Amino acid sequence: MSIASNDTVIRSSKVTRVFLYLVLVLFALFYLMPLFIMAVNSLKPLDEITSGGMLSLPRNWTIEPWLSAWSTAQIGVSPTGLRPYFINSIAMAVPAVAISTIAGALNGYVLTKWHFRGATWVFGLLLFSCFIPFQIVLIPMARVLGLLNISGTTYGLILVHVVYGIGFSTLYFRNYYAAFPTELVRAAQIDGAGFFQIFWRIMLPSSGPIIAVCCIWQFTNIWNDFLFGASFASGGAAPMTVALNNLVNSSTGVREYNVHFAGAIMAAAPTLLVYIVAGRYFVRGLMAGSVKG
Amino acid sequence: MAATDPMLSGGADFRTRLQNWLPKIVLAPSFAVMVLFVYGFIAFTVYLSFTGSRMLPSFDLVGFQNYERLFRVRQWDTAIINLGIFAGLYIVISTIIGLFLAIFLDMKIRGEGLLRPIFLYPMALSFIVTGTAWKWILDPAIGLEVTVQRWGWESFQFDWIKDSDMAIYTIVIAAVWQSSGFVMAMFLAGLRGIDNEILKAAQMDGASNFQMYRRIILPQLRPAFLSAFVILSHLAIKSYDLVVAMTDGGPGTSTWLPALFMYEYTFTRNQMGIGAASAVIMLMTIAAIMVPYLYAELREKN
Repeated sequence: MSIASNDTVIRSSKVTRVFLYLVLVLFALFYLMPLFIMAVNSLKPLDEITSGGMLSLPRNWTIEPWLSAWSTAQIGVSPTGLRPYFINSIAMAVPAVAISTIAGALNGYVLTKWHFRGATWVFGLLLFSCFIPFQIVLIPMARVLGLLNISGTTYGLILVHVVYGIGFSTLYFRNYYAAFPTELVRAAQIDGAGFFQIFWRIMLPSSGPIIAVCCIWQFTNIWNDFLFGASFASGGAAPMTVALNNLVNSSTGVREYNVHFAGAIMAAAPTLLVYIVAGRYFVRGLMAGSVKG
Repeated sequence: MAATDPMLSGGADFRTRLQNWLPKIVLAPSFAVMVLFVYGFIAFTVYLSFTGSRMLPSFDLVGFQNYERLFRVRQWDTAIINLGIFAGLYIVISTIIGLFLAIFLDMKIRGEGLLRPIFLYPMALSFIVTGTAWKWILDPAIGLEVTVQRWGWESFQFDWIKDSDMAIYTIVIAAVWQSSGFVMAMFLAGLRGIDNEILKAAQMDGASNFQMYRRIILPQLRPAFLSAFVILSHLAIKSYDLVVAMTDGGPGTSTWLPALFMYEYTFTRNQMGIGAASAVIMLMTIAAIMVPYLYAELREKN
């Protein structure tokens, strides 16, 4: 999001300004509240939560819920904690992000710098594929994963996320490369540079920002996905979101809210970290992902 | 253009021809994957919606039977009504909050750099995390209700999440929390794109703040309104995770949405034909919104 100027013409009185700040701060508190609640309650013993006082700081600080959520909590049938599922999510997200980004970069390069008949159609079809409700592909996808013998595995999820990630990654790189001077490509071509040489030597070195945006967007989407994870990998290969939901919703016996909160923060940590470290790119990705180009 | 440059394709040796074909060869796998996994799968699901598939796909055509049955099932009615309530409130409230936050932030606010990321971070979280957090905040046993009661307001009640008439509104609360910051970012970008000179001129002519918003600023934000509407309605129709995490469709089936309906009928109730039919309806609803929008966006650019 590029912000042209911080200037505003609208004048406001002192009373108005106090009101503005009040509203903005109240909303900031509203947005922060769930995170605050998750954080403080994940550090309390259970009885402090069940006796009320969700908003108060812990009287006895404890990291027990975190340890339990990470390594001993009951997820589904076995008391493994969330750790194996966290690892599943990483093993799924890293290759899926890498492959879909590379494919997107190459597609964007072809679609903008090597015009051919029907290119607009190809792009239009790819673009629409970003916005289908995934319910429409669930049944055939389950069949295909079964036929390929990778249903219920991380490989299956990698395939799914690459397939449905290509549309967005292509959209990003196409919009970015559309603004890249075609004369440079032509000049290199006349000098005898080939398809991949041009890509490698001319396009890629200037693609840093869009690679960051694309990786962040894909990582966030893939890490946060629940539908595909729940449909295609609900057992030991389940990703973090599915495991968290199992922890929270199917626990028998006492509901360990503090453990659930700790687990929720763990599931949120990677994308939150990305947001804190590279928020600028995250926002740009969101805005670009919202169709605009 | 470049690929068919006569100067380069003149020498018809293998290397040159390969170079000319390379762009298409590189694009081919993605294109094939898309045709098969997106459009092929859509065709397959549409076909299934006309068959008597139950637990496994079958290929005996039964005409529009699944659609007829779909519209007679009570849960589908519930899901559609819920989607109406949820999508309507979610879109309207997120847009209003987003618009006002953007307008306020745009008034030379000190600390904008701190506030903006706070408004926006929920968008980085998964709906499962959001749902988990709000599930417990709204749970009368440990959440808001008991907290306010302990503050001294003993008759305070807020048990919507356990009330089958009100539970759908709790989903709206969580969804608005998740998305309104993003809408704010879109409007803020729109506001920053407005030319200050026009506003200054209007001010010289004696226009009040209200008039400037009504006549100049809001009309110029039309593209942002449109994008917000398209994205939010798209998110609303696809909503699945949030409901699963917060209420799992309950109490009873009172918070079912079409996405949940599709999953339940297809994978747990062994009514694949009806599930496929509901997925087709979801696709058509989204397509009715997305296709004209994407078409306009693409045409504008070319």
